[in-house]
Amino acid sequence: MSTGTDPRPSAAAGSPARGGVHHSTRASIAPRHLRRDRWWLPPAATAAGLLAFVVYSTWRAFADERYYAAPYVSPFYSPCLAERCVPMKDGADWEVFGSWWALSPALLILIFPLGFRLTCYYYRKAYYRGFWASPPACAVAEPHAKYTGESRFPLVLQNIHRYFFYFAVIVAGILTYDAVLAFRDERGAWGHMGLGTLVMLANIALIWAYTLSCHSCRHIVGGRLRTFSKHPVRYRMWGLVSRLNARHMLLAWASLISVALADLYVYLVAGGVFDDPRFF
Amino acid sequence: MSYQARFKVWRGDAGGGGLTDYEVAVNEGEVVLDIIHRLQATAAPDLAVRWNCKAGKCGSCSAEINGRPRLMCMTRMSVFDPEETVTVTPMRAFPVVRDLVTDVSYNYAKARDVASFAPPADLKPGEYRMRQQDVDRLQEFRKCIECFLCQNTCHVVRDHEENKPAFAGPRFLMRVAELDMHPLDAAAEAGVDRKAAAQEDHGLGYCNITKCCTEVCPEHIKITDNALIPLKERVVDRSYDPLVWLGNKIRRRGAEHGT
Repeated sequence: MSTGTDPRPSAAAGSPARGGVHHSTRASIAPRHLRRDRWWLPPAATAAGLLAFVVYSTWRAFADERYYAAPYVSPFYSPCLAERCVPMKDGADWEVFGSWWALSPALLILIFPLGFRLTCYYYRKAYYRGFWASPPACAVAEPHAKYTGESRFPLVLQNIHRYFFYFAVIVAGILTYDAVLAFRDERGAWGHMGLGTLVMLANIALIWAYTLSCHSCRHIVGGRLRTFSKHPVRYRMWGLVSRLNARHMLLAWASLISVALADLYVYLVAGGVFDDPRFF
Repeated sequence: MSYQARFKVWRGDAGGGGLTDYEVAVNEGEVVLDIIHRLQATAAPDLAVRWNCKAGKCGSCSAEINGRPRLMCMTRMSVFDPEETVTVTPMRAFPVVRDLVTDVSYNYAKARDVASFAPPADLKPGEYRMRQQDVDRLQEFRKCIECFLCQNTCHVVRDHEENKPAFAGPRFLMRVAELDMHPLDAAAEAGVDRKAAAQEDHGLGYCNITKCCTEVCPEHIKITDNALIPLKERVVDRSYDPLVWLGNKIRRRGAEHGT
């Protein structure tokens, strides 16, 4: 760390001059970047993928129909907290909100998974790069004249990710309950399994893997400790979550796709497009 | 197999400069730094370049090759097509001194701003004992060779010169994280709040975790996942988490009743 000499202050230190890579003290190179690879492809693909999900989920969230095909319920509509919800036998349709709620019940619950993903450390990277070009790619100059990052309002609110993680655990618990109910048939008798049951199981497995691989979870279970050796159980849990955390991006995309596919499956079965193939 | 490669190398100083074309021989197994040395020995004897170990361990030969921040000694010529023109420029986040040499003193100034390790009062040097699982995390950060490629690629300062006074950059936020995770660091007892310093003095909030520092690290340190995000989470603990606040409140009340 120590150089043994006092560092010379930069000529531009404290100067209000701007310009990034074109700042007067830096090597005078006209192009904003010299990368020749297809650096634009990952942010473009990310933006396209996220945009496709936003369009689909917005349509489904406002649709307010075809979200229950006994025994399957769409993850977009569970728990269903309005009086207007379709009756779900023993399902998570709790009338917390009365008849005054005239909009789609999905809007009441989607705010939590949406907030969790919006403030997620992976998705932040994805949309900062893909939509805001801050930066578009490494060593590719961003187009903004000013940057304060997450140090000020509104982006300082990204720090509420921890709160959304707590809610995400509750929502994942309810979706697990839904997946268990998928082992009953449409009359409520146990011992059923259809393709929809597998879809629900795969979805909830990916939702849990994504939720538990979250950086906030990793911190809470053990990362916040300074001395692991005094907390062997938490150290072990931290190690397990760290292994999941290394695949957080993959799990983020896999669970995003699975939740949309699970909803689409329920939408198609509820609309009578095809019958749920039944194994037993 | 040898071939004649086309190179564009930035030549100049703070007063101005530009890319100069060279044709230079390349032999099998060589790296970009070998070619730069051959240029010095042949067509450009006054070409300025900073280098030392040629083994990716001293962190001296940082530059940008085809626009990507790299160590010249760790970039094999075999990754380029022989027909391709290879462009070598100095790091573009720091003031240029001459040719490929930049003034990296910003980093040394930021290093001095980080409060150093505070020795525990009850232990003498030589009495420090730590278990391996407690130091594994920190040892990853100690692999840093201070090439400053992460500092160079971080858009917070690369694209915004005006942020340099407020932002320490990934390398030194990683240093703060390392010390905050250190089992024997007695900074708190010495009145130093590393989490507050990370947020208020070193500009942790400027980091938007876009992971370019991790992408360019030649030591493959997971700077974002293992240092910056954990440090952000530690700041969240301190400033934003309602459950941690409640837990601390209850513990404090319990301690007061216990005494």
